[in-house]
This record gives sequence, C-alpha cells and structure tokens, in this order.
Amino acid sequence: MSGLTYEVVVVGAGIVGAACAEECVRQGMRVAVIDRDVIGGGATAAGMGHIVVMDDSEAQFALTRYSQQLWQQLRPELPLDVEYEPCGTIWVAADEEEMAEVRRKQSYYGQRGVPTEALDPQTLERLEPNLRKGMAGGLLVPEDVVLYPPCAARFLIERAQAAGAKLHLASSISQIGKGLVRLADGTEFSAAAIVNAAGAWASALTPGLSVKKRKGHLAITDRYPGFVHHQLVELGYLKSAHSTSADSVAFNVQPRKTGQILVGSSRQYGAEHAEVDTGVLTRMLQRAQQYMPKLAELSTIRVWTGFRAATPDKLPLIGPWPGNPTLFLATGHEGLGITTSLATARLLVDQIAGRNPAIPVEPYLPSRVPAEHAYA
Amino acid sequence: MPEPITVTVNGNSIAVPPGATVAVAIVLAGAACRKSVSGETRGPLCGMGICFECRASVNGQPHCRSCQIICQPGMEVRTE
Repeated sequence: MSGLTYEVVVVGAGIVGAACAEECVRQGMRVAVIDRDVIGGGATAAGMGHIVVMDDSEAQFALTRYSQQLWQQLRPELPLDVEYEPCGTIWVAADEEEMAEVRRKQSYYGQRGVPTEALDPQTLERLEPNLRKGMAGGLLVPEDVVLYPPCAARFLIERAQAAGAKLHLASSISQIGKGLVRLADGTEFSAAAIVNAAGAWASALTPGLSVKKRKGHLAITDRYPGFVHHQLVELGYLKSAHSTSADSVAFNVQPRKTGQILVGSSRQYGAEHAEVDTGVLTRMLQRAQQYMPKLAELSTIRVWTGFRAATPDKLPLIGPWPGNPTLFLATGHEGLGITTSLATARLLVDQIAGRNPAIPVEPYLPSRVPAEHAYA
Repeated sequence: MPEPITVTVNGNSIAVPPGATVAVAIVLAGAACRKSVSGETRGPLCGMGICFECRASVNGQPHCRSCQIICQPGMEVRTE
C-alpha cells in the first residue's frame, strides 16, 4: 500500500511528544505526530503542571534546571490559556530534621545558581497563613512555575503544525517496526527516526522496554482566590515519594490562575485501573488537611487519576533504543514530564540530528537500563 | 399570609416568604449568582442542587448552592 514517508514520526501527543515534534520541525525535519487519543490526553492532562527544579540526583537537577530555563525563554510566546504562573515553590519543613534538608537544599541550589530563600516560621506563616501553625520553616524557590499542561501541549503541537508537521489523532498503533509505524487500520508510516513518546504506555509499543505505570490521584477545589499563594510541597515528601515499591501520599498543593486549588499527591505501583481508590484518596486528603486544616472547609469539585511513566532510576529515557536502530525513546518522565519536556526535546533532537547537547545526555540514554529491569 | 422574613443580598434587604430558598432571594434582588471563569453571569438552572450554577456566598461561606438553603432571618448573601 502507499506509505506515508517522514523523516521523524513521533508517537504520542502528550507534552513530551509535542515538544519533540516542535523541536524536530525547528530543525527542518518532516514530521508526523500520531496519538491514539487527543493532544495531551494522558499524564499531561492528569498531572499537576509544575516547572520545578529537583535534586534527587545531579542528572535530575541538570535536566530540570535546563528545561526550566527553556520554559522561561518560551514564556513570552505562550498564550494566556497556558496559565503560566511563576508563583514559586515552598518546600515546607515540619520539624528540625526537615529544616536540615532546607539548609542542604539551599546550599545545593545556591552552588548551582538557583535562587532560594530560607523561611523562618514567622515568614512562612505570613506567606501562607492557611498552613498549620507551628511549622519549622521552609525553602522558597521563586523561579518555579505552575501552568496548565494540556494547553501547553496544544500550543507546541500547533506551532509544529504551522511549520508543516502532520497530526494524526484517534489513531491506534499496532506496531512500531524498523523505520515503520503501522496503525490498527493498516495505514503505514515510514520514517528514518521514530520517537516513542507514549508515556506510561510506551512499553506496550516497545517490547523489552521497562516503563511502569505509577498511578496518582488529584483533587481540585472550587475557586478560593488567595487561599494559597505558592506551590507547597512537604519535605516529608522525601521520605514518602522516593520508595519505588510502597504506596505513598504526600502534601502538595498548587494555586491555579482561576483561584482553584489543586490538591495532591499519591503514588501507587501495580494499580493498573483508572478508578479512584477511595482509600488512597482519603489518605491523600487527610495528609493535605494535616498541613492545611482549612482545606477541609473548601468544596472539592472533581477527583481523578492518571498514570506516570516510571523508570527504575527515576530518570527519563531520552535517546536511541538499542533494540531498533530507527527507534528513539522520549518517555519515563514520572512526575516531571511537564518540567522536562522542553529539555527532553532538545536532547533528543541533538541525538537525531548530531548536534552538540547543552548538557551531557549519558544519564538519560535508554542503554543504561537493562531491558525488563527487575523492580525492587 | 405568614410574616415574610428578611435577608440581605449584596447589602440590600429582601423580604421573602418563609420557606423560600436563598436562590429565590437572589432572583428577587435582581442579581445573578456568580460568574463563570470567562466572566459570564450564572444563575439557578436545575433548582435541585445538581448543576452548581446557583452558588453564592452565604454568611461568609463561599460557593454555597443557594437553591438548597432555606432563608433564615438576617442571612447575609453575596453574589459575584
């Protein structure tokens, strides 16, 4: 049958696939984007939408900071509905042990050029009066941002389309082969490079790839402007979110431009169904209320779930897949795909096009992860 | 006729029959209940607590479904 021929076919129109497509087009490549559903309909729609610097590892720091700077450069071009809000993050310390982490984090960020401000209990209470009294303090990271990811993904896709990219939505993929993508309806796309950016579903399209679904719950309130002013994250998160096996909840809230408050978070492995798990949801909301007791008085209007694409070492997979010389991966971003989408796109296209990357790509290469890595 | 009771809607006194809902008081005051995110005015639609279009602030509590609350003397109602 007559094939559709491109230089690059991107599988997945979430924020990562959208960013990759846009970057390919900017490099002058002929690009098609295929998604089984809609633009930004997976983790992109389900997640919180933060652009945050994180320091679980040097590689995570390098990628998040690089990408945050790319978002800062893109900001003047973002439409209003992306709701780019540089509200900053406050890491909330409940006790002295967590204040030690505030000092460590401040030193780490400071050495790498990220501005921060350590907050004493009085300052924290003044900045966020609805937090529980008696917190030990916090760390303000003012350059962190929240935004509305589905509109950001749509913006990137539309930019790619304006420069010639073709978009195929509601198109189920039956197979990714060598230089070939076949849809369930038999349509075939041939391409010199194929990018698997299918998020938590990437493994289904690339046998041997080990990306696990890590389920999350979120709730959103009605509009209460001024109830919370920064993204707030508990530093106890370090104790709960880093386990690769146990279910966990952590306090994380975000003010949205509408005045709504996004309330999270939960992490579950081995939960394949999208239904709301009332036990996990209850724990998550109780955790949030421990930090912000007045949240209990607010009206929650919606609760939903989504699936993060998790890798064993909590770093994304960006680069060639050893099992197929035409296949590249851009997945495994876990809870940081919005943040790291733009840097992922740069590093991926650097590799496809033979450009020099701005940061070392080695920590993100898929070849670092043994196929079908056994999870702890 | 039973004695009407009086509430305030945006600071204006409104008399309603006993048993009337806050949504009725808002309509009698000629006010809309709230504004959508894009700034459209909204008012009671379903009248049975499902559609959430009739939300208003009652005695300082925001986002109350006004069609589900019976007016009490002296109630303070605020709309957007």
